[in-house]
Amino acid sequence: MTNSTEETGIKSILLITALFSIFVIFLIMAFIFVEGWPAFADYGFFKFLLGLKWDPNNNIFGVFPMIVGSLYVTFFALLLAVPLSLLCAIFMAEVAPNNIRKFLKPVIETLAGIPSVVYGFFGLMVIVPRVRTTFGGTGFSIFASGIILAIMILPTIISVSQDSLKAVPNSYREASYGLGATNWQTIRKIIFPAALPGIVTGIILGMGRAIGETLAVIMVAGNVSQIPSSIFAPVRTLTSNIALEMGYATGLHYNALFATGVILFIVIMILLLITNYVQRKYKMDVGGGTL
Amino acid sequence: MNSVKEEIEKSGSKMSSKTSQKIMNVVFVFSGILTLLILIVIIGYIVIKGLPSLNLNFLLSNPIDSGKSGGIFPMIISSLYVTAIAVVIATPLAVGAAIYISEYSSKGKIVDIVRFGAQILASIPSIIFGLFGLQFFVISLNLGYSVLSGGLVLAIMALPTIFQVAEVTLSSVPSLYKEGSYGLGATKWQTVVGVILPAAIPGIITGVILGLTRAISEAAAVMFCVGSAITTPIFITDPGRPLPLHLYVLATEGVSMQNAFGTAAVLVVIVLAITFITNYLVNRYQEKMMGER
Repeated sequence: MTNSTEETGIKSILLITALFSIFVIFLIMAFIFVEGWPAFADYGFFKFLLGLKWDPNNNIFGVFPMIVGSLYVTFFALLLAVPLSLLCAIFMAEVAPNNIRKFLKPVIETLAGIPSVVYGFFGLMVIVPRVRTTFGGTGFSIFASGIILAIMILPTIISVSQDSLKAVPNSYREASYGLGATNWQTIRKIIFPAALPGIVTGIILGMGRAIGETLAVIMVAGNVSQIPSSIFAPVRTLTSNIALEMGYATGLHYNALFATGVILFIVIMILLLITNYVQRKYKMDVGGGTL
Repeated sequence: MNSVKEEIEKSGSKMSSKTSQKIMNVVFVFSGILTLLILIVIIGYIVIKGLPSLNLNFLLSNPIDSGKSGGIFPMIISSLYVTAIAVVIATPLAVGAAIYISEYSSKGKIVDIVRFGAQILASIPSIIFGLFGLQFFVISLNLGYSVLSGGLVLAIMALPTIFQVAEVTLSSVPSLYKEGSYGLGATKWQTVVGVILPAAIPGIITGVILGLTRAISEAAAVMFCVGSAITTPIFITDPGRPLPLHLYVLATEGVSMQNAFGTAAVLVVIVLAITFITNYLVNRYQEKMMGER
């Protein structure tokens, strides 16, 4: 074989590996949508999406309580995680001396690496009993899920925000200091606004992680499919709905669970498109950020 | 920059800028300490509670009475199986894609599409991979409930992680290296194999380890694919139950909290060990690169 045909051969093999993930994405979409389709077509799209009752035994499949449940736990998690992670990101990028920064980096990485089931287990053994004794009820609640999810998305928001803070040119800082501004004034008025698109991206990525998390939430949320009355009420999310019932579902029930997956998939795609739009608009490059 | 000056004057009238700086410094340090505390409390709690279980007998014996007592040996083997299958399949695909993107086609539509594809794949919730794995690998390809089906699902999940790290590493190989190789008459592929890959190996290994961590920690994606059997898988077509799934079953079905703590502690120790080793390797590699310059 001559060198040039060998080169073309190698190039095409590499191209196939590059396009493999695209192929897999289409395969995943095809399988999820095909299996979920009967739930939309036979049962009715709006009846499925906006139905308030989920009762597989009587073939009633309304996922609205789960959509509300996913939104509640996600926003509660963001409420807790965003302030802490932004402060921590600013601390690491702008305030802390080098040795503390070097010490905190693996701390954040380890938080990101702990398996989600371990977080759920910790929530089940520590957070849920505390919520039960402090606020009453069973303890399985939006509140407990929000705390666990908040801890799980901390590393995502911290690392993406920190990257975008670091990407703010040094000349901005110098100009601000030159005008006599303090470190905090510089952060608040100059660096934070400049890094805002990246920080927003980090928050959306954290949001996606919270929406997509399954088993950790099942362990602490109580999983009752109802519109929750308070943040101490039990709740079922879209992801939990799939994981809890897939083991024994048949027929339309099986399709309805895939259709739940379709909704989840679409929500995640919308979030991903928003982050891409923000990144493109502000021409940023955020490393290490995925949902 | 005028606004800064105004702001300084304005804040001077309300609260001296020095006071607000001092308050904020305390808040920042507090946020760092709180983040550290969260990690210490979680790891400390799991490890201390799991420590009584952590002995060789627990690691090397079979579970008795569906996990009420006994050990976790079959789960360790299942985890090894699914993780190994995931890494072996994902690594060549991910590295091949990264080589294509960084060396053969550095600009243009394909690059954008492939990068976006990796982003999508990395963002899909694990439970959707679980659904896909069940319908595609277990049912359509008829691989059955097996560690093979589970490993293939995890391979897809580890793929974008390895790709993203490998791509960054490959594109950071100094172009001087490549020019030197081309200057000696090497072809593109010879340059990739002889010069670029060796220089990028530490980074690629880091990517593989990160993908491996994702695979070894995953439960939701494999729960409908591996069959959740508590017997030791011998062949890749045998069913199994990886450690995270075992922990989930023990905890949610209330089988045995003591064994759940033991399993959680094993998982935490594995992840900690992997993180430390990766950090050590990366630091050493960086020092070596700095030393060469």
